[in-house]
Amino acid sequence: MNGMTLIVKTITRLVLGFIVVFGAMTVVYGHLSPGGGFGGGVMLACGLILLTLAFGRKAALEVFREKLLTSWDSFGVVSLAEIVFIGLIGGYAMGHHISHGESFRLLSGGTVMWSNIVVGIKVGVFLFAIFMAFAAFRMNDNREWRE
Amino acid sequence: MLLLYGLIVFMILGAIIAIETKDLLSSVISVGAMGLVLSIVFLILGAPDLAMVQVAVEVIALIMLIRLIVVREDVTIAHRYRYGDVFATSVGLIFAGVFIVFAAIAYRGMPSFGNPLFRVSQEYISEGFDIANIPNLVTAILLEFRAYDTLGEATVIFTSIVGAFVILRKKGRND
Repeated sequence: MNGMTLIVKTITRLVLGFIVVFGAMTVVYGHLSPGGGFGGGVMLACGLILLTLAFGRKAALEVFREKLLTSWDSFGVVSLAEIVFIGLIGGYAMGHHISHGESFRLLSGGTVMWSNIVVGIKVGVFLFAIFMAFAAFRMNDNREWRE
Repeated sequence: MLLLYGLIVFMILGAIIAIETKDLLSSVISVGAMGLVLSIVFLILGAPDLAMVQVAVEVIALIMLIRLIVVREDVTIAHRYRYGDVFATSVGLIFAGVFIVFAAIAYRGMPSFGNPLFRVSQEYISEGFDIANIPNLVTAILLEFRAYDTLGEATVIFTSIVGAFVILRKKGRND
């Protein structure tokens, strides 16, 4: 997949930082404002897809190599399982091994903030991997998946 | 209220246009417009989390659909009416009519919009902030009270991406 014209590349250079920062803010402040892990992850994936469409397949793969896509996804699932299940050691359900602070602060809410970050990474990498598998690697000519 | 009903009528018209038009690009654009109007309907009904996710996912789905259309050679659908179509359409309409009648009868017994039926839902709304100290109630229910369901959903997403990679790797090898 090749890139697009110069106008699209210039606008992407200006706008991509804002998209990624807004997606990260939606993920991290998920327990205080609307959004959360799923919405922020989809926005991060949209930023990566914009990078792929504007600059071509090779520029996106320099940022994020193919071998790392499934690794980041696995890290997301295992981290979420670890956060949820590790409370069972002390006899509590999830959320009680990190204390709830005062409300309306950033570091409050127990495990909710860390779960939001992990789910945001997972959903963002998942949508970007689906896009690469269906739309970017279909144009490949008779070459296998390089591992 | 009038705005809500107007937008719902717009969505129905968009769905009918998406099915009945012969050009594939027109139907994809109509699906995209329908998704955008759905996110406005979510905002009117008071769900900003759903509206944000709906806009972003609609953009991604539209990009992938347009890419699939551009790759194909012919972008129109040729449809010949056959004899079995009349029977299939009439049976479908009869079953849809029976379902709508029974749904309308069952709808009168349900509680109104905003008063939940189960006791647990009422306790989440009234005591959720005191127990968990998290202002966003939707995130609190997803990740604090019902975190095991979120873990199951994350597992389903992970299985689907592994399955997609396995299938596409085999396709790339045989071509």
